[in-house]
Amino acid sequence: MNLTLKIWRQQNSKAQGEFVEYKVTDVSEDISFLEMLDVLNEDLIERGEDPVAFDSDCREGICGACSIVVNGIPHGHQSGTTVCQLHMRHFDDSQKIVVEPFRAKPFPIIKDLVIDRSAMDRVIQAGGFISVGTNQFAEANAIPVPKDVAESAMDAASCIGCGACVAVCKNASAMLFVAAKVSHLNLLPQGKPEKDRRVTNMIRTMDAEGFGNCTNIGACETACPKGVSLDFIAQMNRDYAKAIIKGQLLNASQTAAQETK
Amino acid sequence: MKLDAKTPSGPLDQKWSRFLLEMKLVSPANKRKLDVIVVGAGLAGASASASLGELGYNVKCFCFHDSPRRAHSISAQGGINAAKNYANDGDSVYRLFYDTIKGGDFRSREANVYRLAEVSSNIIDQCVAQGVPFAREYGGLLANRSFGGAQVSRTFYARGQTGQQLLIGAYQALARQIDQGTVEMHPRTEMLDLVVIDGRAAGIVVRNLVTGEITSHSADAVVLATGGYGNVFYLSTNARGCNATAIFRAYKKGAAFANPCFTQIHPTCIPVSGDQQSKLTLMSESLRNDGRIWVPRKKGDSRAATDIPEDERDYYLERKYPSFGNLAPRDISSRAAKEVCDEGRGVGPTGKGVYLDFADSINRLGADVVKERYGNLFEMYERITGEDAYKTPMRIYPASHYTMGGLWVDYLLMSNVPGLFVIGEANYSDHGANRLGASALMQGLADGYFVLPNTIGHYLAETKPQKIQSSHPEFKNAEDATASRIHGILQTNGTRSPYSFHRQLGKLVWEKCGMARSESTLKEALELIPKLRAEFDRDLRVPGTASEFNQTLEHALRVEEYFELAELMCRDALMRAESCGAHFREEFQTPDGEAFRDDENFSYVAAWEYQGRSKPPALHKEQLEYEEVEMTQRSYK
Repeated sequence: MNLTLKIWRQQNSKAQGEFVEYKVTDVSEDISFLEMLDVLNEDLIERGEDPVAFDSDCREGICGACSIVVNGIPHGHQSGTTVCQLHMRHFDDSQKIVVEPFRAKPFPIIKDLVIDRSAMDRVIQAGGFISVGTNQFAEANAIPVPKDVAESAMDAASCIGCGACVAVCKNASAMLFVAAKVSHLNLLPQGKPEKDRRVTNMIRTMDAEGFGNCTNIGACETACPKGVSLDFIAQMNRDYAKAIIKGQLLNASQTAAQETK
Repeated sequence: MKLDAKTPSGPLDQKWSRFLLEMKLVSPANKRKLDVIVVGAGLAGASASASLGELGYNVKCFCFHDSPRRAHSISAQGGINAAKNYANDGDSVYRLFYDTIKGGDFRSREANVYRLAEVSSNIIDQCVAQGVPFAREYGGLLANRSFGGAQVSRTFYARGQTGQQLLIGAYQALARQIDQGTVEMHPRTEMLDLVVIDGRAAGIVVRNLVTGEITSHSADAVVLATGGYGNVFYLSTNARGCNATAIFRAYKKGAAFANPCFTQIHPTCIPVSGDQQSKLTLMSESLRNDGRIWVPRKKGDSRAATDIPEDERDYYLERKYPSFGNLAPRDISSRAAKEVCDEGRGVGPTGKGVYLDFADSINRLGADVVKERYGNLFEMYERITGEDAYKTPMRIYPASHYTMGGLWVDYLLMSNVPGLFVIGEANYSDHGANRLGASALMQGLADGYFVLPNTIGHYLAETKPQKIQSSHPEFKNAEDATASRIHGILQTNGTRSPYSFHRQLGKLVWEKCGMARSESTLKEALELIPKLRAEFDRDLRVPGTASEFNQTLEHALRVEEYFELAELMCRDALMRAESCGAHFREEFQTPDGEAFRDDENFSYVAAWEYQGRSKPPALHKEQLEYEEVEMTQRSYK
């Protein structure tokens, strides 16, 4: 296959970026999109030009490192697929392809197609865990977890943290990402004790990091390579509302108690 | 060089509890004064960092990824073993221990393996408490499945994403410690050298991958959890970024490298499609539970799989190993696949493939059950090959997957360099000459959660802190040496990319020191590798500068280490004039083509000491003493 690529080039986070056009020839249709970029890069290196920077690691759709927008769609047009698993047989010969990084204000560009997604790590650090130390456990089968609950938690936990949901959202909202983590842990009996704290702290941090609000468009669900369902956002909203009301009730009763004194 | 395994005395099943009883402790007030560096944030590194941070040490954790959640442990699909005996099929700590020792073809240290089996149950308890969504039965209890090399069902799993879920569990524990300020996380930072002062590990030199800045970090102990070196083959199931730099730099600073030739070739990977491919993809071994492996009986049979009648198929694993059948261990299954392909009975466009057929299981269980068990793997297969495995059998072929070899460690998981600990795949410790399926996740977490946090405390309690600062001249020297290596690479200004050298080296190592090796192929490799290395030094081209985000430079630095590592592998393979586990020397096989092990002469761990680039490494031997098990010839018939 021979292709024309229009790729976003940006030297560093401060530089002004631009689209640059490249031709790539003799591409096998059995390789992945990233391997096609490897072919281009090798050519660029041998010509002494700066290769296109992009993140990737496992190249089997599970690590979440790759983060490329192909023809306007994060991870490209094949649904349920990361760009590292998108194969060239799904493109036409001589096609023109536009290649950009995931774009969102909380994801500054490091170089070309490489972005900084540390904001997502900070959201997890705010509460995306169960507070259990090493060796603080009960026997694994001591608390049975109904199969449907475990399956539902697993559906949520299958999020790979790539950020496609943020990149596709017109508000750059991270609601699907945050909801997946909140639901994964809040659904399980082990995660219940910290349910309210978790959802409140994670949402607070999400807002502070500059992610936008959710306006129920659902683009995130379509772009998610793991098919994480929009239902989890509803689930998180319920958990959040409950946590806020509980918090207000608690505050009110404390104030009342103080006033009585 | 002295190799003291420091195995505690006493009966095998009491060694670990005795160590825990007798080990020295560091008081909470003193832990606060101690710095520990952990390099790598996969299962071993993240679990160790989280556990150490929680204990009160000052932990700095480094990884080259943008986030610790991306480490390659995430790609493990099938599961994690634990001797829970939930399946009531006769499992026990002893049986898991024995299966692992036997699976490793009696080339691992008995006491370490026993401890691994002993703590395996705790890992499951720990992960469940963290919220890892393991598969469950309708009663709400944990589900198990069987795996290669075992006749019991002891494997816990989370769909086909077990590694991902366990890593996320460890990552979450780590995130909690980062939030609490006990762990300082350094993502997008790569270790480029180890600093040893007065014979002890004193810290590391790293490069910030975004700015290119080179800095030093000192500590009272350094833990390497940087994974294996399978990418020396270029095409492997390892992630693109997996590399051997950290362990190989440590080797060059005096840490012994043990059993480098023990590299595992996984039997069920998607076959190579062409030259532009960057990696190979594994299809979980769990597929062998319900898939049957076969090739046509006739050579060069070009009919479609579904057109070949039953009596013209050779289910060669079931034929040769009736009691284990399709679940024979990895080394044996891989070699059997190579054998039938070498006979000309391989399938697919390249002839390098065998069928993994689900037709019988779909008839027996229904497509829905097969889909529930393996749906994501079938989808992945479809995405890569464009074929529907529900209708036509998968094609698979062995590929480099895991490295049993690694830095030598004692019972405390400390290398021969005091203060340098090595955990997870980066050490050689538990899998001997062949690892069983679902045991890598087990080892990573055993080391990180349950072993290292204890043993490192013992070391730190015994050792008077040196309190060396990163301003010490040795750090400056190491920084300068690193900067000049980088400068050298950028100045070469030849014509070839590091990828092209890597590809060429990988092909060479695969052909000469892959699934089968012989004296002649190894000697050939030992001549060819230095030549290729010389060409690399002369003709490499890396555009850009050192002080920017430069992925070509990153790759070149990694490839640079692979040449000497490949040589070391070949040297080790040549020295080991026997076949054992994954190390198959063509000259040493039984009349029916199985590995012919030589316990009289090779029942030892080969630990290599670096002697500089111009001198061959020195071989040191740790004799393996088996107190509990009897060394038998492995049979899976």
